[in-house]
Order: sequence, then structure tokens, then C-alpha cells
Amino acid sequence: MSFLLTCPNCGTREVTDFGFGGEISARPTARPSLRELGEYNYFRRNVAGVQREWWFHRSGCRAWFIAERDTVTNEVLLTELPRGPGSPESVA
Amino acid sequence: MLDIFRHRRMWRRQRDLKPAYDVVIIGGGSHGLAAAYYLQKDHGIRSVAVLEKRYIGSGAAGRNTTILRSNYKTPEGARFYDASVKLYENLGKELNFNLLFSQCGHLTLAHTDRAMFVMANRAEVNRLQGIDSRVIYPEEIKRLAPAMQVENPHATYPIMGALYHPPGGIIRHDAVVWGLARGADRGGVEIHQDTEVQSMERSNGRVTKIHTNRGTISAGHVLNCTAGWSTLICDMVGVPLPITTHILQACVTEPVKPLLDVVIVSSQMHVYISQTDRGEFLMGAEIEPWTTYRMQGTLNFLQEVTRHTLELFPQLERARLLRSWAGLCDLSPDYSPILGQTEVENFHVSAGWGTYGFKAAPIVGKTLAELVATNRTPDLIAPFAVERFYEDKLVSELAAAAVSH
Ligand SMILES: [Zn+2]
Repeated sequence: MSFLLTCPNCGTREVTDFGFGGEISARPTARPSLRELGEYNYFRRNVAGVQREWWFHRSGCRAWFIAERDTVTNEVLLTELPRGPGSPESVA
Repeated sequence: MLDIFRHRRMWRRQRDLKPAYDVVIIGGGSHGLAAAYYLQKDHGIRSVAVLEKRYIGSGAAGRNTTILRSNYKTPEGARFYDASVKLYENLGKELNFNLLFSQCGHLTLAHTDRAMFVMANRAEVNRLQGIDSRVIYPEEIKRLAPAMQVENPHATYPIMGALYHPPGGIIRHDAVVWGLARGADRGGVEIHQDTEVQSMERSNGRVTKIHTNRGTISAGHVLNCTAGWSTLICDMVGVPLPITTHILQACVTEPVKPLLDVVIVSSQMHVYISQTDRGEFLMGAEIEPWTTYRMQGTLNFLQEVTRHTLELFPQLERARLLRSWAGLCDLSPDYSPILGQTEVENFHVSAGWGTYGFKAAPIVGKTLAELVATNRTPDLIAPFAVERFYEDKLVSELAAAAVSH
């Protein structure tokens, strides 16, 4: 068994229902240098422990949401919808 | 008493750690042990300690599906893996240890026009590097793998052709680990198992101290050969890495009569299949898309891998699975490794190996040993420096390595 995730819209489903969007990282400033862009595009903290990460309900409501998961145990601590403009995970 | 009855150790018993070594290698897998072996053999550097937190070969070196090949897509990748296969060809003799290497041939199946085009492209790149690799069609596939269902009108993925790589094959992974460890040990290298690196100190751009559960040591050079755990070791000295850690799974059936003596891979069906010397069908699939450090398998994997294997080998319908397992993979953004020097002067990495690290072990060991001994990056690994991700100059092996083998 892998693990279950709770979509904020649909409820608890198997992980195979979802697409993984990777750890949440800070977007670079308005005019990033090539190096900053490389850091944002490619470098990852890849933590062993609790990680805030993006998921996508591929076989459901197709919404993007955030989970906090312990990568050592795969225990999902919480899931929530992104908090909108101005928040760290904002895509606006 | 005859000598054959005497119990002989493969390598010396563990002593206390010395306060300092010329080279400390973190990770007692195939890469770390190969680096240790070539340090003493090619360069006479014997003050070397390999630190392994569990037992040697307990990570990816003992969990992979033992496939060797060099038919990669980029000239940089193909050249590099070809050098590795050539070293593997002589390694058994050199170590005086039977590695059970069988160059039985490697077939990558194509199920679409697009895949046929990619195969043709790879075959051309391979041949320009002098690597034996060509596109073949169903008649020849049937001759090479008569037990496989090649023409199946009901197939989800009909077989249109394959990339055939005759020097590819399988080698006994544990034997590679043990042989390299014995070779390194005989050359004076110390192998310390149950020795975990807990933190490191850095000053003036150098690693100065390594704290382990068995004491603190210092080293002229430090190599990080920890695959799925690479990020955690690099974090200790503040070196960022562009990798994520995922599980890759494999399983074997109970032993059956010999049916298959080539390696079969299908990127579209996400499966690779070989039959071991014991008769087990060995099946592997893709990494899980989410990152994790937990080496636990999934039911979904077993369902998918057996469904696809049965499409190719319906005669295995009643075969039972004997065991399955998972290992950690350190995936890089361009599916090429990250190899060599870092911003910390005496700290070097072998990381970003995804699902293809085992086949590179000897050439990684040889080139990293040369880097340490000469303080110069060998040409063969120059394209794989971590700097390429800051400069956006990737070496994309997506088409050839995204499918695990
Ligand atoms: Zn949903």
C-alpha cells in the first residue's frame, strides 16, 4: 500500500488518483538572473521529513491543492487549498 | 586440512576509525567501493575509508535489476556508459571473482511510429560512438525471444520493432559489491560498516571534520556516493543539489524453466523483464512520481508490472510472485548524473543517478579516483558537473533513461 490523500474538494482517495506537483518553493524575483532561474527550476530541498508540496486531483475535480507530508513515513499531516495572491504558494 | 574448507573472510574485520584519511568515501555501495578500489589500484592511494551506515550493498547496489547497457541517447551519455560496460567486461578477471556477467543482449521494444523514430535516432548516436546498437523488426525479435508473444492482435501495445543492443546484459549485483570490496580491502582500503555520518564541519570552503556514530575523523578529500540520500549528506556541508528522491520497485516470480535469455524493456509499458540464472522472472517498472525516503513497495506497482509482463509472457499466468522490494533513486532534472567537484573544494559528489547508477559504477569509481588523485576533472565526466543546472545547459537523457532500463 502506498498512502491516501484527502482532496479538499472530494475527500480521501488513493494516491494513484492524484498527480504530484513537487515541493513548494519560493518563486524568484521579477527579473531573476540565469543562476536564480536555474535554482528555481532545478534545485530542490528534497527533505527527509515534513514537506509542503503540490498535488493535483487528476482523476477527480482536477483542482491543485497543497499537502504536508512526512517523506520518511509518507504520513499526510494536512491538505488544504492554496491561500491565494500574496501567499508563498501563490501562482498569481 | 584442505584449504577449501577453511573459512576465509572477504575483507578485514572492522577496526577503530583512524583520526585522519587521505580520502573518506561516504556510502558503501557500488560507486563508493569502485572509487575506493580504483584509488588504490590506479593511483596507489591506500589511506582510504569507506563509511557505510548499514552493510555494504544494502542500498541501491543490492536492489537494482542488474542490467548493464550503453545505448544512451546523448553522445556524452553513450560514451560514458560504454566506458563503464568495457570496464565491467574485464572486472571479473581483474578482481579474480566471478561476477556472473552475461552479455546476453538487450531489447528495447517500440510500439508506435514515434518510438521507432526515437530508436532509429538512438541507434545512429550509438553507432557513431562505436557502440553495437541497431533497430530490428518483429521477425528478428521472435528469433531472439521465441517465448515472447510478439504478434498479438489483441495487444494494448503492439510490437513494431526494437532497439537491439547485443553487448547489454545482466551481472550479479551482490558479486560486484563483494568483489570490489575485497579488491579494495586487499589494496589497503578500510571498509567501515554500521558507520553513519551524522554531521560535517566546513571552514574556508573545505570539509574539515566528519562526525560519525563511531567518532570524528578528518580527510583530504570526501566523496559523497550515497545515491538516494545524497541531498542529506550534501546538506551537511551546504551544497545544494537539483535532485529528488523516489522509490523504484522490482519483483521476482518463483523459478521457472529457462524461457528467456535476453533483457526485454518497454518504455511505453513501463516494464523491464529478464530471467535470472536461478530461473526467476525479474520484473521492474518505473519510479513512483512522488518523492519519499520510505523504502516500501506499493500494490499498484505489482498490479501494473504483472499485467504488462503477462501481455508479453502469457505463459507466466500461473507463476507466483516470490518477493518484491523497493530502493531509493536520486533523480536529476535531465536524467543525467551529477558528477565531480562542488563549490566545496575537497568535497565531490556522485549523484543524480535515477535508475541507472549500477551500470555506471566502475567508470564512476575510475573517474572520481582520477579526479581526487590529479585534482583535475576527467573529460569523460566534465559534461556532468552540477554547474550545468545554474547555466541551463542540460544533458537530456529523457528519451533513453526516463524508462528505467
Ligand atoms: Zn478532488
